[in-house]
Amino acid sequence: MNQLPGIALQVLQSVLVVLVAPLVMGWVNICRAWLQNRSAPSIWLPYYTLAKLFHKDAVIANTASPLFRLTPYILFGCMWLAAGIVPVLATDVPFAPAADIIALVGVFAVARVFSALAAMDTGTSFGGLGARREMMIGFLAEPAMLMTLFTAAFISGSTQLPTIVETLAHREFAIYPSLAFAAVAFLMVLLAENARIPVDNPATHLELTMIHEAMILEYSARHLALIEWAVAIKLVAYMAIGFALFLPWGIAPAGDWSALPLALAALGAKLALAGTGLALLETLLAKMRIFLVAEFLSTAFLLGVLGMLIHFLVR
Amino acid sequence: MALPLSGQIVNLLAALLLLLAFAMLAQRRVLTLIKLFAWQGAALAVSTAIVAYATGQTHLYFSAGLTVALKVVLIPWLLHRLIDQLQVRWDIETLLNIPTTMLAGIGLAIFAFSLATPISQMASTITRSTLGIALASVLLSFLMMIVRRKAVPQVIGFLSMENGLFFAATSATYGMPLVVELGVALDVLVGTFIFGIFFFHIREQFDSLDIRHMEKLKED
Repeated sequence: MNQLPGIALQVLQSVLVVLVAPLVMGWVNICRAWLQNRSAPSIWLPYYTLAKLFHKDAVIANTASPLFRLTPYILFGCMWLAAGIVPVLATDVPFAPAADIIALVGVFAVARVFSALAAMDTGTSFGGLGARREMMIGFLAEPAMLMTLFTAAFISGSTQLPTIVETLAHREFAIYPSLAFAAVAFLMVLLAENARIPVDNPATHLELTMIHEAMILEYSARHLALIEWAVAIKLVAYMAIGFALFLPWGIAPAGDWSALPLALAALGAKLALAGTGLALLETLLAKMRIFLVAEFLSTAFLLGVLGMLIHFLVR
Repeated sequence: MALPLSGQIVNLLAALLLLLAFAMLAQRRVLTLIKLFAWQGAALAVSTAIVAYATGQTHLYFSAGLTVALKVVLIPWLLHRLIDQLQVRWDIETLLNIPTTMLAGIGLAIFAFSLATPISQMASTITRSTLGIALASVLLSFLMMIVRRKAVPQVIGFLSMENGLFFAATSATYGMPLVVELGVALDVLVGTFIFGIFFFHIREQFDSLDIRHMEKLKED
């Protein structure tokens, strides 16, 4: 009986993230349109797109195996699971002990492997090309991501995200150079993992440069809708991890229901800010050549390692 | 976490110094390299001034001022003029492989940190934890001098090594005596002039600032 509030909170958080994710995407698109002097689309456009896609009939290649049909559901499930693990609103989510930060990276990796397999499944050249590029970026981004997470884990002495949030949010104010490095590294990984502009262009359908879009080229209707939705949830989940590590203020502490409205407001403000920042970055930066991505992500790795080392030195 | 705010800021600046050392290691363009060198000098000067403020060592203010005058203003200006005259302003150096160099740099940083940890545990200065960073930036500048082929980046590496040494002195013992610091500063300045003259001679001899050409001298 005691766990009931926790479970209610868990359900609330999971549903909230899933429902809000397209809104965040819409907000990013609006900001980008404003910054680029275009007239902005409606903020609800991602929802309309999803609804439209769900109402269409799916077309699947003759050569596709069951894996191809299964992958959108796996992707969506992985991202939903990740959104359930990260403490978005409050720290006492009963799901959180199911996976620490290392397992969380694993959950994202599972999603990536399945989407790469599905991309190669139909045997189109673009699918294989996109899958290869995606795996290259993934294997470069993952160590950088882990280093970033380790830095926060070392500071708080735990790899459990709720514990990290509790420690970081309730310490006395101090400047952590290690966390500053980790934050920059995390931002770079976020851009790479979510196929945002310096690494991949989410809006492009130009064959030679696309990475993520090349992988999902064969999908249509409800499958495509699920994938697009999963992409939006992934972005929100990554932002939530970033908030948990670097801006943990406002997340409700364990068992404190009265802090929930504040947590909701803080989350809204942080998401809006992060969306604006992302749009700004995407407007200022240009997409880099695919071979420069290795350099970009090795810089992220370097920053992550430096952050960790400096934590040991400057204690 | 009982560190006072000044100590925290010094730590942050130390981290910045290390980051700049890595950035210089990875930088291909000569112009940006000079800019980074100036920034490194600025970080060094600010951290020296903060240490001076926190510990009441007035002579450190002089060395901070000296750092600003020399390493942020004068030497970058001299280098700018030099690369203008040599017409290597838009020189882009083909480094071997930047990620590999970076990994070597991380190795050096780990080595320096583990070397400095026992020393800084015995020290009682507020800047004791930055000794490892100072050592690491000296080693990184060394690495930069080793992997660069052109003469100008090598000299910048040498100058940034002096930055690292200066920072090490500040963090270990609150700086050297003023006379020594003045002497070192003068040496660096004179060194820059002499290097500038060397550049012209190297280029006159080989039509290039690539150091590899100097290996031919052995065969004679």
